Amino acid sequence: MIEAELSRSVQRWCPGATGVTGAAKLSGGASQETWRFDIVHPDGPIGAILRRSPKGYGAAPTRAAGLAAEAQLMQLAYEAGVPSPRVMHVLTPDEDLGTGFIMQRVEGETIARKILRDDEFAAARPHLARQIGGVLAGLHRLPQDKLPELRSRSATEEISELDRDYRSLNWPKPVFELALRWLRDHNPGPSAETTLVHGDFRNGNLIIGADGVRAVLDWELAHLGDPMEDLGWVCVNSWRFGEIDKPAGGFGSREELFAGYEAAGRRVDPARVKFWEVMGTLRWGIMCGGMMQRFREGPDHSMERAMIGRRASETEIDLLRLLAPRGS
Amino acid sequence: MQDEPTPIELTKAVADFLRSDITPLISGHQAFKLRVAVNILDLVTRQLTWEEGSDLKEVERLRALLGMDGSVTELNRALAERIAKGEVDLATPGLAEHLWATTMDKLAVDQPNYASYKRELSRGA
Repeated sequence: MIEAELSRSVQRWCPGATGVTGAAKLSGGASQETWRFDIVHPDGPIGAILRRSPKGYGAAPTRAAGLAAEAQLMQLAYEAGVPSPRVMHVLTPDEDLGTGFIMQRVEGETIARKILRDDEFAAARPHLARQIGGVLAGLHRLPQDKLPELRSRSATEEISELDRDYRSLNWPKPVFELALRWLRDHNPGPSAETTLVHGDFRNGNLIIGADGVRAVLDWELAHLGDPMEDLGWVCVNSWRFGEIDKPAGGFGSREELFAGYEAAGRRVDPARVKFWEVMGTLRWGIMCGGMMQRFREGPDHSMERAMIGRRASETEIDLLRLLAPRGS
Repeated sequence: MQDEPTPIELTKAVADFLRSDITPLISGHQAFKLRVAVNILDLVTRQLTWEEGSDLKEVERLRALLGMDGSVTELNRALAERIAKGEVDLATPGLAEHLWATTMDKLAVDQPNYASYKRELSRGA
């Protein structure tokens, strides 16, 4: 039972804590789990989240920064005033909880469709596009000398990696070939500036409350690169969840997103943002193909995974809308 | 020749049964899984209904575009290779129209409720 290990853990680093209650798994693949629980404390319960790789799953996938880096980045973000949960504790081996960290639980909503449709967020919605621009600017300004060790990835390297991933699927798709050609032909070259890139900053990975953005989550794809990559990714149509005329996460316009970014003292290069939006759309399409492959080869023979394979065509229509728009 | 009902009719009957009779009985994660299952059967029904016709038209366009013959898979592979080599691009007459028609036929089966698809459908061919 995980509550026993968590109870022992919190009593070591949280002064006054007597144990934990209400541990429940929120999500979990084979290698990474997220749990919620409350720390029992004389001053009242403290909401907490555990993110961990269970014992025996130490190795992170190649693209992932690793949980230790994730904890460090979230703490840095928190200290710099970027909305982020406070990291309370990094797990040590003797706690028998695997590797990972415990953070303060931030209340709010992460389900994109609810954020885009529920009344609760109606007042916040018109401001979100601009607000996430400001959040990204803060994130791109995190002090580089304090960052954990991260992979660095240029546009050219990213194109090569996508090309390799696509060809390994042996899944001839003329629209994906066209997108790969377009990316090569429009490669903007090395970015004038290299910063921290979140890597998966999008609607669905943000905790939103009635007052706006409360936390940025899922830092596992963080790396060093072109800051415009994050602005392109948040605009990928798949993350607009049906609000296709509001490119910035389904919240608002690119102009609002860019204005929020620039108001925080950073410059936007719209051509680079578009390049990364095309890249992101293709990347998600190829990831759908990867899901199909894993479904076929097992061990995850789930219906959900099979159906994600059938979502690659969504990215094909979005790529055509970007690269060969009709009626214009 | 196989007897009837057709695979389309049979698949549809199972989907309708799950949707009307079983869905009200379950909740939680199992209900979510059931919804995925019903979506799969609906997709299969759409594919069985339209695939033959859309493949025929796709092959016809690919033959004209590539000047060669083959199965729908072989022709797609050939087109992918030519685009990769830069021999065919958006300036090639018929390519954009072909990719649009093919993609619209795929979305009609895969995700007919996808917002981009509905927008393009309302635009007309």
